[in-house]
Amino acid sequence: MDSSAEVRTGRTLHPGSGSGRVLRLDLPLSFWGGVDAGGTVVDRHHPQVGAVVTGRVLAMTSGRGSSSSSSVLAELLRSGAGPAAVLLTEPDAVVALGAIVAEELYALRVPVVLVGAGTFEALRDGEAMTVEAGPVSARLLPG
Amino acid sequence: MTGARSGGPSLTDTERGMLDGREGPGVAMAMRVVVAVARVRGAAGLVEISGAHIDSCLYHGRAGLDFARRLLDLGARVRVPTTLNVGSLDLVHPGMVRRRTEHEQEVAEEGRALMDAYVALGARTTWTCAPYQLDARPARGEHVAWAESNAIVFANSVLGARTDRYGDFLDICAAVTGRAPHAGLHLTGNRRGGLVVDCRALGDKALALDLTYPLLGYLVGLRCGAGTNPVLLGLPAGTDEDRLKAFGAAAASSGGVALFHVVGLTPEAPTLEAALQGGSVPTLTVTSVDLRAARAELSTARGTRLDAVSLGTPHASLAEIAALADGLRAGAPLDPRVAFYLSTGRSVLERARAAGHVEELERAGVRIVVDTCTYVTSILDPDDRVVLTTSGKWAHYAPGNLGVDVVIASLQECLASARAGEVVLDDGLLG
Repeated sequence: MDSSAEVRTGRTLHPGSGSGRVLRLDLPLSFWGGVDAGGTVVDRHHPQVGAVVTGRVLAMTSGRGSSSSSSVLAELLRSGAGPAAVLLTEPDAVVALGAIVAEELYALRVPVVLVGAGTFEALRDGEAMTVEAGPVSARLLPG
Repeated sequence: MTGARSGGPSLTDTERGMLDGREGPGVAMAMRVVVAVARVRGAAGLVEISGAHIDSCLYHGRAGLDFARRLLDLGARVRVPTTLNVGSLDLVHPGMVRRRTEHEQEVAEEGRALMDAYVALGARTTWTCAPYQLDARPARGEHVAWAESNAIVFANSVLGARTDRYGDFLDICAAVTGRAPHAGLHLTGNRRGGLVVDCRALGDKALALDLTYPLLGYLVGLRCGAGTNPVLLGLPAGTDEDRLKAFGAAAASSGGVALFHVVGLTPEAPTLEAALQGGSVPTLTVTSVDLRAARAELSTARGTRLDAVSLGTPHASLAEIAALADGLRAGAPLDPRVAFYLSTGRSVLERARAAGHVEELERAGVRIVVDTCTYVTSILDPDDRVVLTTSGKWAHYAPGNLGVDVVIASLQECLASARAGEVVLDDGLLG
């Protein structure tokens, strides 16, 4: 599926849909301690310190560090400072939990999608994307 | 067992009943979350747990409080023995956490409400990130649901209990349902070592230093990331739990490490072969050059300015408090311009008081913090810009959390610096 430029797919970790420009991180990010309440990356050890996750299709191989990341992500989603969608290459339950709880509490459906390494590598930072994640599988569409 | 839904775990009749609301809407909500995570993790089913440790009681905003209150309002209550991690307040020393800004007032009020909600859900008022220092230590092979990264890595590695790398929310949902996804580090095959870290080249001098262990953890975490279990080779037979605690906390911070083995020391690593479960993996050789580089990377401050010292992340043990008391007793008074903090759990504090250590600390001007920690809430003065710590975890997170610069140092360097009023490091320390 990675060979097709038009249809990119993934496995749904949490269903929903969201659109935004891709923010592709070079290293995993811990939301807790790594992102402030306004959605800015504040981890000074992270190569993309200063980037803003708000409204972006946040692509990273996985989360890292503190298990409080799920709380921080849920709060970012509640306050409107969170990403529009999350793409991962590892099925990180800590990240998915933030989205699961945001739906449970606030009926917000922010997709979290597992993509293959090839799909991840081919993502262009800044490209406009819509992520549509159904119960099982997800599509990554241009624009 | 009843049939699995598409992509989801197989559930027993009891578990299906919980999901369907037979035990009330609170249990049903918790089970929805457990099942959703089980699906993410690709779990075939759920596993019964014998205990839980809750990280979600630390305030990160309304969502965490809304979640706990929703569970409570729906009638949920923990069904296994459950300990609580640090909250946002020091309930024993209420003046310790500042309430000057609007945000600080929110954290004080909502953070207190969150702590109250978890107590109302039936958890013990332990308020420590080091539940393994309490009476409730799971045995080898016991399945638990522990959250908080240092507690997870300690439970898996040092105790040989089984918990996955749980996030906030799943912890309390596991406590309410008594179930966790049967996945990740609950499964034997996922506990095999994935990288041998050969420490023999470090030499006896470095291996005898406390400082070596957080630095080693930081290095190994960066190399392993989440999902690779490091196997340490060549640590001394007498390496104590506090050193393993410091190693694991740093490795969990820099890389999400949730399980490590120490050959000849930890329960699942009587031999290298046992730790690797017969597999063959790459080896990383660590030298003192690497340790010095790790110290330089983790230390963001330059120059000699020093405003504060912060110890006890994860929470100081009785032995660590005794070592601090001995160090204080042995030398000149601390410079009063340097604030000196020690974080520990309330139960360890009581034991330290009974042993006579607390009096020594208070006489020297050490500010003791319980129930919370200096890097998760507003305790340090905003004018404190440069902080010394013995903790790789504190050093890793505090620049982002608090906006301070840090230097990681040995306890002896922290004491010498606090006495001198400026950073005094022993450059030859690591060999």
